[in-house]
Amino acid sequence: MTWDQGIHKSVTTLHATGVAREMTYLEAVRDALQYEMRRDPRVLVIGEDVGIYGGAFKLTQGLFEEFGGERVIDTPMSEACLIGAAVGMAFMGLRPVVEMQFADFISTGFDTIVQFAATNHYRWGSAVPIVIRAPSGGGLRGGPFHSQNPEAWFAHVPGLKVVAAATPADARGLLISAIRDPNPVIFFEYKFLYRSLRGPVPDGEDGLVPLGSAAIVRRGADLSIITYGAMVSEALAASDTLAAEDWNVEVLDLRTLKPLDTEAVLESVRRTGKALIVHEANLTGGIGGEVAALISQHAFESLDGPITRLAAPDTPVPYTPPLEDAYRPNRQKIAEAARALLKY
Amino acid sequence: MDPTPEVLRRAHYWMRFARAFDDRCITMYKQGKIAGGYFSQLGHEAISVGASLALGSADIIAPMHRDVGAYFVRGLTPRRVAAQYYGRAAGPSGGRDANMHGLGDLSIGIVGFVSHLPQSLPVAAGIAHAFKLKREPRVAMTFVGDGSASEGLAHETLNWAGVFQLPIVFIVENNQYAYSTPLARQTRVPDLARRADGYGIPGLIVDGNDFFAVFTAASEAVERARAGGGPTLIECKTMRMRGHAIHDNMAYVPPELIAEWQARDPIIRFEEQMRARGQLDEGALEEMIGQIETDIDDALAFADQAPYPDPATLRFGVYADSAGGGVA
Ligand SMILES: Cc1ncc(C[n+]2csc(CCOP(=O)(O)OP(=O)(O)O)c2C)c(N)n1
Repeated sequence: MTWDQGIHKSVTTLHATGVAREMTYLEAVRDALQYEMRRDPRVLVIGEDVGIYGGAFKLTQGLFEEFGGERVIDTPMSEACLIGAAVGMAFMGLRPVVEMQFADFISTGFDTIVQFAATNHYRWGSAVPIVIRAPSGGGLRGGPFHSQNPEAWFAHVPGLKVVAAATPADARGLLISAIRDPNPVIFFEYKFLYRSLRGPVPDGEDGLVPLGSAAIVRRGADLSIITYGAMVSEALAASDTLAAEDWNVEVLDLRTLKPLDTEAVLESVRRTGKALIVHEANLTGGIGGEVAALISQHAFESLDGPITRLAAPDTPVPYTPPLEDAYRPNRQKIAEAARALLKY
Repeated sequence: MDPTPEVLRRAHYWMRFARAFDDRCITMYKQGKIAGGYFSQLGHEAISVGASLALGSADIIAPMHRDVGAYFVRGLTPRRVAAQYYGRAAGPSGGRDANMHGLGDLSIGIVGFVSHLPQSLPVAAGIAHAFKLKREPRVAMTFVGDGSASEGLAHETLNWAGVFQLPIVFIVENNQYAYSTPLARQTRVPDLARRADGYGIPGLIVDGNDFFAVFTAASEAVERARAGGGPTLIECKTMRMRGHAIHDNMAYVPPELIAEWQARDPIIRFEEQMRARGQLDEGALEEMIGQIETDIDDALAFADQAPYPDPATLRFGVYADSAGGGVA
């Protein structure tokens, strides 16, 4: 299987006025890296095959040529050491951005993230400004070990920030903020979107997205779809379908899973009275449960229907197209779940 | 490499200090002043003090739980260490981390460790990596036990350090036991230094109860690292002379083994060597022992009177940019 080309049959383009540049999601991530590396000599990219080869997805292509092997560092296969080494580099004033080849392999470095990096500032006061980029999610027929969405593992851990970028503009705006953040940030990017989503991307210092702020990507009054990552595009497509049926659906993109923008969630649900929470990760113990609990405790009086979660089933991510399609939430499933809730 | 008289003076003071402090802390532990577990470093004095004295002030050290001597050598004051053991705000972790963990202070070049061994190894490698990238003539030193050397992370880090030829010194404290598990249950290879071959780095074995052997090996390794010669693994053979923690009576250790290593006590050995070199001033020794008692009294009294952290600060410092900021 090739990871870097020919996977997507169609490309979605987001349009906005007033922004000259248009790029794919992948190019936007690369642009953020390049921008920060040009701006700040402390920033390094470090990971497996990120250098001359340009990364498993060719995302870091060109960075090695521009910044050289001391700032775009190819490492041995050693996720745990990679993350620990990034912590040490950060202690010495560097700003390492670690690429996990696939988010799935982050489990190999789990200990180093949740025990060392996450706890350090609380334990003895030294900040750990590292970013771990984790290409996650399915839709590319990657099978059980190249398609996972492990964000909930990390959202549970005090001391980490967890980001999920849904558009090219946000991928850039959030990644720049993550690199400048003094804390360890797990940055989920969605490889399904890498080459299938194009959109306007601001330049320079424009378009920075602060961590911890959700965005209403479509305003509506009848129901809130609360989601993040690759499911934002699906929710938007579903909301178009529902609009044709005269339903006016709001789509809230969480953008950061920790810290969660609780105010934005509550404000939206208080207005619409109905909440459909969607994520690509499997259901049990997922982010959706947290959002549901938040709503039920603080916006109960506004509710006009059961808080509903749409997520993948509790199975590993299957490989074959019919099974993966049955596994992954998508626009049709979202529209269906929304209809049921709208009619409640 | 012959230590200077100043190094010898500091070595003597801190080895004896570490031992006396350890004794007093065990008493304090039994009196309930130290909560949690207490891990004695009895028998490790020559390693922690000898290795850390090989470093310069700009170098960085990432020690473990039987290296209290190294903390003192680096300049973490006995008052702050005692305050940490007592869970007071004045300790490096402000009462957040367990007594022997998180004794970190980067302003004096110390990385605090986490319980999960050997997580300090890759962090020290990253520090060394930063030195190399920034072309700073500095060195990182870190410690791993015979037990924690079995963890995959030890392999990853040694391999990494070898690949990148980092300025780092790995001190393997082979004290025969990891909790109750003897070396033979950790590995078929009795000499852990042999593993260095697999990473293409020099590995040497020294008598960990001989200050001069540890200091010389560490000094040469530090010099090589500083000159761009890459990492070194130094296996220090020693014996853990008390239980894993104080609750452990180590019934699983053959008494002959204890007796054998008792006869090789690192402090008695050091003083004999100093006598033989004509460098031990017996009068000054008496005075030093008195001074150490005074300094320990001071540290423990300070810790005893130091305030606990305010529960209102419970949530402070989880994030570097959160309200309340970091710990002091
Ligand atoms: C990953 C991990 N597993 C288990 C433990 C519990 N534990 C603490 S110290 C220890 C033994 C360590 O042995 P060694 O590395 O030889 O050091 P020593 O205590 O002998 O100085 C164990 C099992 C731990 N701290 N970390």
